[in-house]
This record gives sequence, C-alpha cells and structure tokens, in this order.
Amino acid sequence: MTPPFVQIDGVAMRYGGVEGTLALRQASLDVADGEFVAVVGPSGCGKSTLMRLVTGLWPPTEGTVIVDGREVDGPLSIAGMAFQNPTLLPWRNILDNVMLPLEVVQPHRRLLRAQRGMYERKARDLLKLVGLEGFEAKFPWQLSGGMQQRASLCRTLVHDPRLLMLDEPFGALDVFTREDLWDVMQAVWLAKKPTVILVTHDLKEAVYLADRVLIMSSRPGRIIAERRVPYPRPRRLEQTYEAAFQAIVHELRDQIAEARRGEATDVR
Amino acid sequence: MSARSARSAEALAEAARRRRRLENALPWLVTIGMFAVWEAAVRLFDIPVFILPAPTAIAESMVKWWYPLMTNSWATLLTTFVGFIMAVGFGLSLGVLIGSSVLVYRGLYPLLIAFNSVPKVAVVPILVIWFGAGFWPAVLTAFLISFFPIVVNVATGIATVEPELRDVLRALGARPIDIIMKVGLPRAMPYFFASLKVAITVAFVGSIISETVAANEGIGHLMLVASSRFDVPLVFAGLIVTGVMGVLMYWVAVTIEERTTGWATRGQNDPRLATGG
Repeated sequence: MTPPFVQIDGVAMRYGGVEGTLALRQASLDVADGEFVAVVGPSGCGKSTLMRLVTGLWPPTEGTVIVDGREVDGPLSIAGMAFQNPTLLPWRNILDNVMLPLEVVQPHRRLLRAQRGMYERKARDLLKLVGLEGFEAKFPWQLSGGMQQRASLCRTLVHDPRLLMLDEPFGALDVFTREDLWDVMQAVWLAKKPTVILVTHDLKEAVYLADRVLIMSSRPGRIIAERRVPYPRPRRLEQTYEAAFQAIVHELRDQIAEARRGEATDVR
Repeated sequence: MSARSARSAEALAEAARRRRRLENALPWLVTIGMFAVWEAAVRLFDIPVFILPAPTAIAESMVKWWYPLMTNSWATLLTTFVGFIMAVGFGLSLGVLIGSSVLVYRGLYPLLIAFNSVPKVAVVPILVIWFGAGFWPAVLTAFLISFFPIVVNVATGIATVEPELRDVLRALGARPIDIIMKVGLPRAMPYFFASLKVAITVAFVGSIISETVAANEGIGHLMLVASSRFDVPLVFAGLIVTGVMGVLMYWVAVTIEERTTGWATRGQNDPRLATGG
C-alpha cells in the first residue's frame, strides 16, 4: 500500500506564545494521492489554521505534517491555495492575473520569458475549462463575483499544483453561482486529478464534491469523525435532492451539532 | 412610441451634454465671480490700496512688474520642483521600507511624526547656517515639508496587501521583495499619486517660506521686498502667481495619475473628486 500523500500527525497549533489560543490539538488526518477531501466543522474550529500548516506558511507547535513523503518545513510550492476572497489584482487583466504564480514559483519563473507562448496557452486552456474563454483581456472589476472566483481558481491551478488547498472558495457566492462552481470544480478535478483539501461550512458542498468528509470539533480543533461519500463521478446536481444524499448531509449535521456541544464521541 | 422614446433619449443626452459643459466652465466662472465680488467690494467700501488692492490694481502691477515676477516665479518653480523630486525619491523608498517591515515601522514612525510636527519655518535658519542663503535652503525646506505625506501614503498602500494574497504568494515561495514588486508597489500607486497632489502644493509653501526668511530671489523674496516698500498690489500679484503655479502643478500630478492608475478610479467620472487632497 502506498503511503498517504498528506499525513498530519498529532498536530497542535497555538497562537501568541505559551498562554495563547490553542487552535488545533492532536489533529491527525491522512489524505491519499488524488483524493478529494472536505473538512467541515463549526466556525472558528481551526480549519483555516490547518490549511496554513499544510502549505508550510506556519510551523506547527507540536506534531508533524508530511506531504509527498517529506516533512513540511517551509512554503510548499507544489500546493495551490484559493480563498473565499478572489484577491485578483485590479491592475492586471484576467490572463495576467492567472499567470501571476508563474512569475514567482520555480522552475516556471526561470522558463517564463523563453516559453511565454506555451504558458499563455496553458492559462487560456484553464480559463476555457472554467468557462471564462473570451474574458482574458478583461479586468477583474469588469467580472461578476462568480467569474472572479473562477479566475482565482485558474490562478491556483496554473502551476500544476499536486495539492489544492481551498479555504471556503465558494462561501461568498449566491446559491446558483455556487452550484455552477461546484461543477467547475468537479470538472477541474476530473481533468487534473489533484489531491484536494477543501475547507467549507456548506455540508451539501462537502458531500457533493468530496470522496471523504472529515468533521472537526470546536476549538481546539481535531478530526472527530469521517464519512465516505459512495457516489461515483461525475456527480450531477440533481443527486443532491435525492433521499440518500440528504441522509448523508443530515448525518453530518447531527455530528457537527454534537461537536458544538463539545461532547462528541470519537468514531475514528 | 419609439419615436417619442428616441426624442426623450435625445433630450436626456442633450441635458447630459449641457451639464458637462457647465462642469467644465464652473472653475472659471467661480474664479471670475470671486474677482468680480472682490473688485466690487473694494470700490463700494472704498478700501485703501495698501489694505486690500482691487484685482485691477493687482493686474496693473503684474503688467508693470512682469519681468521680476517671471524670473522670481521661475526661481521658485525650480527650487520647488527640485525639492519635490527629492521628496518623491526619498518618500517612495522610505514608504516601501516602513510599509514592508514592522521593525522599521516601529522604530522610525515616532521619529517621523515628531519631525513632521516641527514647524519648517523654524528649520530654515539652521539650513541657512549649513548651506548659506539662497537655493539650497529653499529646496530642502520644500523637500522636508513634502516628503511626509508621500511616506505615509506609500507605506499604507504596501502594508494593506490582503493577507490571503500574501499567503498565496508566500506559499508559492515568493520572497518578500517579490511580494513588494508584484503586489505592494502597484497597489500603493493610487495612494502614492494621491499623496503627490498634497506634496506638490505643500512643496510650494516650503520654498516660499524659505525664500521669505533667507533668499535673494524667488517669489517669496519678491513679496518680502514688495511689502517692505508698501507695494501691496505687487505682494498680491506674487500670491496670485503662486496660486496659479500650485494649480498647474496639481493638474500635472492629476494627469499623470489618470494615465497610470486608471484602474483604481474605475467607474467614477472624475477621479479628482474621489482622491482630491
């Protein structure tokens, strides 16, 4: 059996010194290569902290984070991150926004000048994949919120990250746009098969997109339960209205309600 | 029905055009109106010329003294411009440093504030002792008075880069200098240009202060000489020339701003309203 792609083992994270807030405690989780995992939990449970630990932005106070067989000890450029806020640069057009990581991350940074045409084609292909063909020359403020988030997703993907860390990327969108983007996300995953860790508070979203849904306890957060989602892909939005799907969502909701009461039983 | 809607659309467009014409003409109308009221008040109340000269008297004086006015304004323009360019270079670099490093910010900011609170007129005598009366004290006063707004604005622009964006770039392995060059500086540009508009006008104040204290040319010097001779119309002529130079430089700063950072003022008809001052 191959070792997991991401291995988080007994991780604790405390902010602001010994007396500071404990955001995570004894958090452990494994994610296989190419797996799509969603992390859900009550607000303030340390989901975003988890993201920053895995991408090496912060070192954990305790425990180890291993990605692709190596302990993470600094920024992890095989990862791509996307947030609720699209954070596109208003002075760059969409194409140049998508290509921003290529100007930073090696080896693309070195190759960009010589192979600009190839990289530009790649960015255009990505924009086409998320349905933004023809918007390359537009500026972010000329696009709707959903379109900005699609462009942000392209920026996350442009350097071919093997690990995607998504922090509530669809959280600020209206329901219809969000459902559109779920399908975009599914298409991206099917096309590129990256390992994905999606942090969300939308249970329907988690069940629709993920192979496995992990539930975190309230702060200090740790993984207290997990639920496999048996549906094959591609999944269709109509499925989310079926009774079996709804049952999974309800089951997760009960577990989170328990977690919020702080008396969750560890079913792992 | 469509003919009527076309007609009303035409009427709306006509109203919009009229409004735009009015907006363009308004600065001139207001200025001319102010001078007219001024002239009328002086004549009506029979105000003596050494208290408040009428605009016509000032214009007369301008015509009479056009040559010294021109050479001295040129001298002031030059000192102001040199001081302003120094302020831009220094302010931009210090702003980047302060905006990107918490340590530099903590260390330098109190000192900067203290420095900015010192009235620059009190510094001029020191500058005169160091550099002698004339060109350099005026340049340096213009510089000292105008670099502070630039520093503060550039630092603000750089320090307020969204933390998520910083995380995205840091995770990709971006060095701090990359983040400043790719995000911080472009982001700070609207702040920078807004500060230029403030800086250029206060730079005039700086060089004229210095010229009135210690110089043998410049519009400040001219006004000092004129007032010692009780030539009040010439003093006012100097003030008006200074005002005109200030407006011209402001206009130059706004034009550069519009050309370079149009993205920041999108959707507003007139960026001058949004960031003015």
